[in-house]
Amino acid sequence: MIGIRTFRNIHLGIKTLLLHKLRSLLTMLGVVFGVGSVVAMLSVGEGASAEALKQIQKLGSHNIIIRAEKPENPEQNNSTQRTRLSTYGIQYDDELRIHETFSTIERSVPAKIINKEARNGERSMKVRVVGTTPDWFELMDRRIIDGRVLSWHDEETLAGVCVMSEHTARELLAGSHTTGHALHIDGNYYYVVGIIETEGSEAAGVQTPDSALDIYIPLSTSRERFGDRDVQISTGSFILEEVELHQLILQVRDLAMVEPTADAVKTMLERFHKQKDYTMSVPLALLRQAKETQRIFNIVLGSIAGISLLVGGIGIMNIMLASVTERTREIGVRRAIGAKRRQIIGQFLIETVVLSLVGGLLGVGLGIAIPQLITHFANMPTVVTAWSVILSLSISAAVGIVFGLYPAYRAAMVDPIIALRHE
Amino acid sequence: MGANLVRALDGVTHDFNEGTFWAILGPSGSGKSTMLNLLGCLDRPTSGRCLIDGTDVALLNDDKLSELRLRRLGFIFQSFNLIPQLTVAENIALPLTYLDWDPAAASRRAAELADIVGLGERLDHRPTELSGGQQQRVAIARALANDPPLLLADEPTGNLDTATSESIMEMLRGLHADGRTIIMVTHEPDIAAHASHRMFMRDGRIERIDAS
Repeated sequence: MIGIRTFRNIHLGIKTLLLHKLRSLLTMLGVVFGVGSVVAMLSVGEGASAEALKQIQKLGSHNIIIRAEKPENPEQNNSTQRTRLSTYGIQYDDELRIHETFSTIERSVPAKIINKEARNGERSMKVRVVGTTPDWFELMDRRIIDGRVLSWHDEETLAGVCVMSEHTARELLAGSHTTGHALHIDGNYYYVVGIIETEGSEAAGVQTPDSALDIYIPLSTSRERFGDRDVQISTGSFILEEVELHQLILQVRDLAMVEPTADAVKTMLERFHKQKDYTMSVPLALLRQAKETQRIFNIVLGSIAGISLLVGGIGIMNIMLASVTERTREIGVRRAIGAKRRQIIGQFLIETVVLSLVGGLLGVGLGIAIPQLITHFANMPTVVTAWSVILSLSISAAVGIVFGLYPAYRAAMVDPIIALRHE
Repeated sequence: MGANLVRALDGVTHDFNEGTFWAILGPSGSGKSTMLNLLGCLDRPTSGRCLIDGTDVALLNDDKLSELRLRRLGFIFQSFNLIPQLTVAENIALPLTYLDWDPAAASRRAAELADIVGLGERLDHRPTELSGGQQQRVAIARALANDPPLLLADEPTGNLDTATSESIMEMLRGLHADGRTIIMVTHEPDIAAHASHRMFMRDGRIERIDAS
């Protein structure tokens, strides 16, 4: 019976609201925009953080990434007027020390990264020659498209072999996915033994360790053939750089030990490096920061949402109070006919809840439409989550109840005798 | 307050017998509205007793009074007091919704009552689409929906022209003839002439009673 009466009240509420379509629409506008902006803003935030998390996760949450970075005032070893040699970056000894000191580290992957021109017959392109150990491929875990990856045997024998990224292979081998070609890089030949996929991208400010332009050769081969010095000629002067390792990735065995290990490694590096010629990034820390940022973002959004829904609720209460006054006679008639006070409360409360819920539903529609537009025009990723829709709908229902209670109570307290005389 | 206390009804003792049709007459301030409010269980006496079917109204709480109105009384007002957002059928069925009737049964009953008051063709109309006389007939049908033994009418013809008033009074006489008790407040002697008994009031007291 309660069910039937509630259903009837909902029906009546909708009818009453339809009686004053414009007024009802204007009344619920506050809730519409409140809910709409909550859903839309949350979807933008969610989209941005999902993108950032994806990028960070690509770096590997178990990893610590150390990169060589030219300091602002590099040490001048041997300077003449036209030649300046700067020595910086990670040293072979650093890797050894770290590897021997920290038992929490599963594997350390060093890399010498040199930009060179690679040629295959007529074709040539600028590539990134990455001298590294077979561990690199374990760590990156990219799909092998053809052939094999580098082996420890290659490393020991200083083999003249290389593994290419899919992109480079397509450009240089003219689409023929065949291994066994010989590439010419800086006066030496390298036999292509494998082709792998790459994830090279730089979105949301996070760069993955690999790139689409990579050619991988054994680290020992790189040391032997390229040495540690790199010459760049620019505007008539040589820039000579001496860098042993450009990148060192440490994979920590236990997730809980990632950040303590990173701190300890940092302390050790600080002791052996007089100047800060490296940067260290810890994806896990970034991940945590990103989550923290997201949490703060959500709190701020929640407060804004709270305020806008509060304003919407006050708007609804205002109109409902006016409606109670306007419908005093109706209340009087219903009471005279035999409606109890709580039935009057139920009627007006349901009307307010219907008003705010319909507003909430329209708001959800708006909140789903706006992110589509944002994605379409601003090319920003957005994700409308189910929980943001459920949350804002429940809040709008709660707004209806909270801000409907007082007008409903006022309606129920109307004296039927006075109400029937009311004009 | 105490100094300006107005005794709207003072020292009135009267029995309205079952099956009678009473007209209460008197100038404004004579206490006839207060009498009707007491009989309609909308008000409680500050002292003294008001018995409906032997139940003392003064002893009932708000919910119990509502219950009594719902089951035993029917109201007819001067300004009809139909609910504008409801159709004729829904207005007639309004008491039945509070009696928790099944919606299908309630709309059947509403249609029957609309036929009785001659508005069977207007079930889906809104009150604003009807004339005053038609609205009052809808109001009578609504007052009859719960089949009450006692009908209370407050100036039922006050907003109607003479011809329409006559037809409404015919209807009330018919209901009286069917055995219902009707108590009507009016200030028009022509209208009061339709009743079986008349009560003249002044200054909160019964001045005189006559029967036809």
